[in-house]
Amino acid sequence: MANELILLDTWVSPFGMRVRIALREKGIKFEYKEEDLTNKSDLLLKMNPIHKKIPVLIHNGKPVRESGIIVQYVDEVWHDKAPLLPSEPYPRAQARFWADFVDKKIYDTGRKIWTTKGDEQKSATEEFIGYLKTLEAELGAKPYFGGEKLGYVDVTMIPFYSWFHAYEVSGNFSIESNCPKLMAWAKRCMQHESVSKTLPDPKKVYEFILQLKKRLGIE
Amino acid sequence: MAKEIKLLGTWASPFSHRIELALKLKGLQFEYLEEDLSNKSQLLLQSNPVHRKIPVLIHKGNPISESLVIMEYIDETWQHQNPLLPKDPYARAVARFWAKFIDEKVLWTAFKAYNDKGKEQEDAIEEFSQQLKFLEGELKGKEYFGGERFGFVDIAAFFILQFLRVLQEVKEAELMTEEKYPVLFEWMEKLQGNEVVAGCLPPREKHIAYVRARRAAAEEAASKTKAA
Repeated sequence: MANELILLDTWVSPFGMRVRIALREKGIKFEYKEEDLTNKSDLLLKMNPIHKKIPVLIHNGKPVRESGIIVQYVDEVWHDKAPLLPSEPYPRAQARFWADFVDKKIYDTGRKIWTTKGDEQKSATEEFIGYLKTLEAELGAKPYFGGEKLGYVDVTMIPFYSWFHAYEVSGNFSIESNCPKLMAWAKRCMQHESVSKTLPDPKKVYEFILQLKKRLGIE
Repeated sequence: MAKEIKLLGTWASPFSHRIELALKLKGLQFEYLEEDLSNKSQLLLQSNPVHRKIPVLIHKGNPISESLVIMEYIDETWQHQNPLLPKDPYARAVARFWAKFIDEKVLWTAFKAYNDKGKEQEDAIEEFSQQLKFLEGELKGKEYFGGERFGFVDIAAFFILQFLRVLQEVKEAELMTEEKYPVLFEWMEKLQGNEVVAGCLPPREKHIAYVRARRAAAEEAASKTKAA
């Protein structure tokens, strides 16, 4: 049976990046379709009527939605290639817990950094650094969250590395000086082609949020 | 054997009820520890230092947090009895999608729909209604979200919707009615009629009184903040 994979995504979305990294790690071919989120395609609206969001992975015509769910799906279908989740239930639960932590904390707090000013921004920046430090503690002495190899939590978190520059400039702080271990981890991940090929130029991400701020009417 | 599995929970939390039910469906003996959230136990703080929330499952000394993560852990560790998730990867992705939808969208929109005021409330009411219609659409034509037997999504959804019905009673609202959502109500009644499921629900009057008291306290705190 032919495996037809179409990924509806946008170049700058950290959620979309997770899926691209997972597919590339496993050497799976897919068709990439760039969505214009200001003018969503009929296909996107049909495949994700509830959230109308990317990423959506369409596998042989059937949509899989929500980045974490898509990555788990890809891991289960192509389980023999570069497995991302551990095989034992307890480490799997730990991986899911930490991916959930990234999902709950990183994007929203990061967003506050580039959409607010003054005290609100300062407090968002402190909160953000706090979460990164929590992740550093979880990483510990391991090369990756997944242990010796890139795993589910690595794939979930690494896309935000392309947004670090945008956060730093907006909030006027340095992630490197606050979280050197995490930066070392990020650079380690970037040595993987699946990651370096997927993550956009951080300067382009910063330009993107400047334009987005203009469009949203944020100073 | 009971000492091998501990559940830290609270009697009123729908997230806690999910885990109670999952463990009972798997025929597992466990020790239940009621937490006082105004005075969290050392065990809770040590077991879930990141969020300090219940429920937490402790299996052979290993803690697991976040109710949906716990449910998947239970399903993977005790595979043979009453599987909660289907085997097919696509069906699993769909089940995970609906559980996430309930936790991340329905619950929060419902809070706004019942508790907010003015335009924010109106918008939330509209959105909540749309979300319930989506849930009905997913359930229609099936016995349960899980198909012939109830599973992951049913467990995730049931306790949340029951909790929202309690909130609805406290707020004297009529956002979720049998007339508007007959499919959902029929499904809820079916589950209420199941002894194991019903056994995980707190006594209704007690639950209503508790939510009423908490809402009153929250509203008082909010008005104090405004006045300050």
